[in-house]
Amino acid sequence: MTAELTRIATGAPGTSSTSGTGWNHQDILDLDDFSVAEIEIVLALADRMREVLDRRIARVPALRGYTIVNLFFEPSTRTRASFELAGKVLGADVLSVTASTSSVTKGESLIDTVRTLRAMRTDAIIMRHSMSGAPYLAAEHTDASIINAGDGAHAHPTQALLDLYTMRSRVGDLRGKRVVMVGDISHSRVARSDMWGLAAMGADVVVCGPPTLLPRGLRASDRPAHAESAMPPVTIETDIDRALDGADVVMALRLQSERQDSGLLPSLHEYSQLYQVTQERLARAKPNHLLMHPGPKNEGIEIAGTVAAGRNSIIEEQVTNGVAVRMALLYLLSGRTESPGGAPGGMPGGEIRS
Amino acid sequence: MTTLAIHNGRVIDPALGRDGIADVVIVDGRIARVGPNEGDMVVEAERIDATGLIVTPGFIDLHTHLREPGFEHKETIATGTLAAARGGYTTVCAMPNTQPPLDSRAAVESVLREAENSAVVRVLPIGTITRGRAGKELAPAGELASAGVVALSDDGDAVADPSLMRHALEYSTRFGLPVAQHCEDPALVRDGQMHEGWVATRLGLRGRPASAEETFVARDIALAELAGAHLHICHVSTAGSVALIAAARARGARVTAEVTPHHLTLTHEEVAFTADYRTAHYQTNAKVNPPLREEADLAALAIALRDGVIDCIATDHAPHSVGDKEIEFDIASPGLTMLETSFGLCMRLVHDGRLSLPALVERLTIGPARAWGLDARPGLEGIGTLAPGALGDVALLDPNAEWTVDPSTFASKGKNTPLGGRQLRGRVVATIFGGRLVHETDRVVAL
Amino acid sequence: MTNAPVLDGEALHRTLRRLAHEIVEATQGVEGLVLVGIETGGAVLAQRLAREIEQFEGQRPAMGTLDITLHRDDLSRRGFASTPRPTQLPDIDGRVVVLVDDVLFTGRTVRAAMDALNDFGRPRAIRLAVLVDRGHRELPIRADMVGKNIPTSRTDDVRVLLQEVDGRDCVVVVPGKVAI
Repeated sequence: MTAELTRIATGAPGTSSTSGTGWNHQDILDLDDFSVAEIEIVLALADRMREVLDRRIARVPALRGYTIVNLFFEPSTRTRASFELAGKVLGADVLSVTASTSSVTKGESLIDTVRTLRAMRTDAIIMRHSMSGAPYLAAEHTDASIINAGDGAHAHPTQALLDLYTMRSRVGDLRGKRVVMVGDISHSRVARSDMWGLAAMGADVVVCGPPTLLPRGLRASDRPAHAESAMPPVTIETDIDRALDGADVVMALRLQSERQDSGLLPSLHEYSQLYQVTQERLARAKPNHLLMHPGPKNEGIEIAGTVAAGRNSIIEEQVTNGVAVRMALLYLLSGRTESPGGAPGGMPGGEIRS
Repeated sequence: MTTLAIHNGRVIDPALGRDGIADVVIVDGRIARVGPNEGDMVVEAERIDATGLIVTPGFIDLHTHLREPGFEHKETIATGTLAAARGGYTTVCAMPNTQPPLDSRAAVESVLREAENSAVVRVLPIGTITRGRAGKELAPAGELASAGVVALSDDGDAVADPSLMRHALEYSTRFGLPVAQHCEDPALVRDGQMHEGWVATRLGLRGRPASAEETFVARDIALAELAGAHLHICHVSTAGSVALIAAARARGARVTAEVTPHHLTLTHEEVAFTADYRTAHYQTNAKVNPPLREEADLAALAIALRDGVIDCIATDHAPHSVGDKEIEFDIASPGLTMLETSFGLCMRLVHDGRLSLPALVERLTIGPARAWGLDARPGLEGIGTLAPGALGDVALLDPNAEWTVDPSTFASKGKNTPLGGRQLRGRVVATIFGGRLVHETDRVVAL
Repeated sequence: MTNAPVLDGEALHRTLRRLAHEIVEATQGVEGLVLVGIETGGAVLAQRLAREIEQFEGQRPAMGTLDITLHRDDLSRRGFASTPRPTQLPDIDGRVVVLVDDVLFTGRTVRAAMDALNDFGRPRAIRLAVLVDRGHRELPIRADMVGKNIPTSRTDDVRVLLQEVDGRDCVVVVPGKVAI
């Protein structure tokens, strides 16, 4: 209990007091409170982890004795598998729990679930939930590390970090690079976290979609002057051709079929006519542009099959890099414990004695 | 004969245009006389020294959720009225979204009986507009009127069907009851969790647009004018609504309106940010319907309140248990506990110079009373005033006392306030109901 | 604060030359030899040794670097010190890997290095060459080739400074604080 109170006293969930190395997080909830230095730490560490993945035996004992639980309230194959793999390559114990958010099945509350897991000596909980803010609630009520694997339409920080890593590994410095995200921006947690990450790294972010799928409040003029920094700077386009002009990176976002049902779009067909990322449209982007997609993709709707498989596509690299980035995050979070599953409070900056 | 004399306070009685140092003498539960030195002449009186304090009629709240019957884990008539007393309120109008809802004589009478037993201050019941608050059929307004309701409301929800709303307005005219509508189009706010704007985008929450309120305000004003009925607009929250109400009143429509202390003082940023904009959080205690809005809305509401376009302040006190709030934002119950922080919060407008103290008192006392014609009801003569013969309901205020909000000390079971740990300037130091002290602090000295 | 170095300048160069010869003698030539420097001190030393070997053998051995940060499984790791350096290894199957480190102390680093090597392949043999052996082993590990044995007390700090990194070549022992 005291440990929790100490954590709450030092500030918002997610951050701890400054360590000498610049890594300041006890949880990964969103990229909005990541400094550039912290992003750089993650990217550099992900490089090392990528190398581990390429070894003949991809296994290190760094997280031996560390227990990770995948607590998924929303179904997911790829993200869950990616985290499981990341934990296992590092030698951690990983287990997956599927939970339900249905208010009809009144089971254990989120807070109780998280506390129960911690009582079982879980060190880190990776959470995906259909409701924005759920991981924040969890983080407030436990000192286990919480990693947000996607909450409602709010954030998907690990996806954004792997996107940054992938872009960086291909184009180097992201400053001034034109990164265009096309699709259902208003429902996309990937777009939001990417906006924060890209803005921090100095990229020019463009979001493009039909007016009904663009969220309110993205323009600087939508918020008062004192709240300028409360949202990342982005350019908004409803015309895909103008958006793709001179793009260094093009990211297509998944369009869910429900959008047609809820009156936001006349039809998926019309969407694909106006917003599908196709070879013809990509002629306006830079010749060496990168083509990305967080997956899973709907070929023929938001992205043409030829484009997804084309020579600019780095979609599969994103997946591999995803494991490496998640390994890096788990490694960074695990360094705060004195002993696995025990009380927190180790000192930052360990000394390695040979 | 019991006598209570309140000495030497600054008596503000807007109904009578009084603002000056005077004594207030209450005999057998009714105001006997008010004037300088009046208190010197009484014998055998309980005395209170109000030097340095403001003395006003007890506050009247047109919009309180007492939760009883049916949700006693959130609040009861006993705890809710005690909270009211602490907030300077001597009359609260109880919203009917209870279980069972107040859509029958039996339900209304059960509330009145329980109030008789356990209420600390006066409880006036509000009946529903539709049966079961289901929005499909009219509730028996005649039966409810004779049972003693002071208004009709489905609050929590709007009556969405315009034809039904029209009939409800028309029917209400027979009984002289205001129809108090929660103006938000359910189709436009479906799944909405907070004000639609940049904070909602930052938090990834679905929004409730200002137009959802404004379309219904416009619609219901038109229907009320068609019906010749009294429409009361609950918890006005947008500048657009203010403009519509101002125009309606200018042409003589029978429209009254209330605004809450939180809609006057807190913006949608309250949901997400405390110290800085770097880290967002999800403050469910700031989740309320209609939602907290933007600076421009707050400014318009304050001006409307000052100019009388909005008649009164109403708390929309909505207590919830921890289990209803300490959960995912999407499923957290909307509403804040407000009775005990209302005065302190409203004083921000006075300290900012946007509203004079007498005007604030007016909006808390005779303003609500007149909006619903409470002063014309038998047994409530003089309510909201300190006129001789009026009810002996008085609030003693220290407008400059600074205090820290500590929800754990609230009388209300509802600790759901976003103001925990914050400083407020302005406090209710004693409340008198029917000539008896129902709330006191050590600031109040008995002589 | 000045401490007289226990090894510097010419003496250090001679020691390195001898070590280089010992390595090649043990592996019977440069073919089939892989010099793997343990980051960070061992990596620079391994480069030095490779240059020496090239001078008298006319051939440079295969080289690699190994960062053992991720292979430390001692549970007392605290915080995040710095990003591990890259690990780059050529094919080690069937070859003799000579691990190179600057200071041999508890032996845990070497043990972690051997674990790591196992994930990369199956060497014919693993040997250990260190510049300084300061004693206080906590594991049954010994160096095959030692530059200098330096007795120390447990709290002392042994620092190997190298031209490429620190601007000069020497080994100093900084006495530890005496516990009161």
